[in-house]
Amino acid sequence: MTLDLALFLVLACIAVASALGMLLSRNTVYAALYLVLNFITVAIFYLLLGAPFIAMAQITVYTGAIMVLFLFVIMLLGAENLPAPNALPWQKPLAIALAAALFAEAAYLLIVKARSLGNVLPPAEAINATENLRQLGVALFQNYLLPFEIVSILLLVAMIGAITLTKKEKGARSG
Amino acid sequence: MITDWTLWLEWFIKALVIIFALLIGFAYLTYYERRALARMQTRIGPNRAGPYGLLQPIADAIKLIFKEELSPAKAYKFVFFLSPILTLLPSIVIGAVIPWGATVHWFGRDINLYLADINVAVLFFAAIASVSVYGIVLAGWSSNSKYAMLGAMRSTAQMISYEVALGISLTPVILLANSMSMREIVEAQRSMWFVVYQPLGALIFWIATLAEVNRAPFDMPEAEQELTAGYHAEYSGMKFALFFMAEYQKMIIVSAILAVFFFGGYLGPGEAQYPILGPVYMFAKIMILLFVMIWVRATWPRIRYDRLMSFGWKILLPASLATVFLTAVGILMFDVAKNALWMWFIPVSSMLVFAICVIGVYQALRRLTYERV
Repeated sequence: MTLDLALFLVLACIAVASALGMLLSRNTVYAALYLVLNFITVAIFYLLLGAPFIAMAQITVYTGAIMVLFLFVIMLLGAENLPAPNALPWQKPLAIALAAALFAEAAYLLIVKARSLGNVLPPAEAINATENLRQLGVALFQNYLLPFEIVSILLLVAMIGAITLTKKEKGARSG
Repeated sequence: MITDWTLWLEWFIKALVIIFALLIGFAYLTYYERRALARMQTRIGPNRAGPYGLLQPIADAIKLIFKEELSPAKAYKFVFFLSPILTLLPSIVIGAVIPWGATVHWFGRDINLYLADINVAVLFFAAIASVSVYGIVLAGWSSNSKYAMLGAMRSTAQMISYEVALGISLTPVILLANSMSMREIVEAQRSMWFVVYQPLGALIFWIATLAEVNRAPFDMPEAEQELTAGYHAEYSGMKFALFFMAEYQKMIIVSAILAVFFFGGYLGPGEAQYPILGPVYMFAKIMILLFVMIWVRATWPRIRYDRLMSFGWKILLPASLATVFLTAVGILMFDVAKNALWMWFIPVSSMLVFAICVIGVYQALRRLTYERV
């Protein structure tokens, strides 16, 4: 357990640092790379929690597909360097106030209400990954088949929508 | 069990063996490729350094180490330095999950001839393969040069497109083996190699991996004639050597994965009695698959960019979806009817799909080739 705790602490530091780096970096490529690091750290958190499938899916989908597309678009548009911050005057105080409120709420829940949250770690017998995978498949394709299909149709519609919006209309081509 | 220090020692030694095998494999794969290509082009190939030119890779390595390291003045230095490492790392990491054999009994203990038998190994492979694009993209971007950038762009588009077909073509294997562990996938092929059940799946997987490792005929990202070697145009010395190493190690790794998924991995006659034969069979299978890759490079011209994209999205992706569907149908019918003949529904129907694909490609090329509008 102490090894897990040490791993968790180190990973948590990396996750927070990379998230901060993502926010503060003025170069969008570096920001994207910080986000990649963050995603990988989150994947390792999943591994620590005994959910290897979700960890691998996290890396494949977020790190491998989505962030590569982000980088691709950043490079394609040549938008590496953000312009100097042109902030609205009321934006900063509001952001600080909201962040403080969020932080206070989280601290309240984690410190004061920690007892009532119960044990969030999975029981040891659930860590058997093969069974995990089977359970996941059964849950997705038998117990929750309809919601799953609805979500997939929703994604399909979004995809077709994106293609339709970006497609040039015939005859409207200029130059 | 974890505190057993000999276990740590065993892991450490196995990791070292994998890394050195890949390193030496890379060096001699370049030699193998140059000799084989030379034979196919009726040349002799490298034959000066040592007997039959066997010391050529070592001479090349020494040359590359002593070359001057250049980095462009306007490069993004940190990323420029990082990207060769990021390119090389995935190929080594995947090496950890490849099973080289079953269990042997040495030094009074059972030693598994693989480093890690994780039960999501197939997904692990997909995850690492999807990460491997970063090195190339970042190399192209950080070089801050147009050729490198164009190469990286092409490579990203190509790898993202073919990754989809690659990921989907893994599904029939998982269905047939009923497992995601590489070890169990190999053991499931004791009665029959999966290439027999799912020939189209093997072909799609192989084509997609060719595109993933940027080998001919999918070497658009580095197209020497147009892009002066693409994403690594600005690299020299050992940094260039790392890119080179990554490309060849990826060739070895994807051949190993192909052997594991479709060609029975370490299985072969006599392997059950003498598990030590496992690595030998694995090595032989990898050599044969590598030879096919070299053969393809010597034979086929580079595919044009628009055709590359339409091939990936319009042929490979639907065909891979069809293989998943047909495999699932075959296994389901086998389970319901308890008749082994239904397993043969899978190869027959996938060959039909293959025929449709070939006809489709033929029709498309016939219509477009010489058309002038």
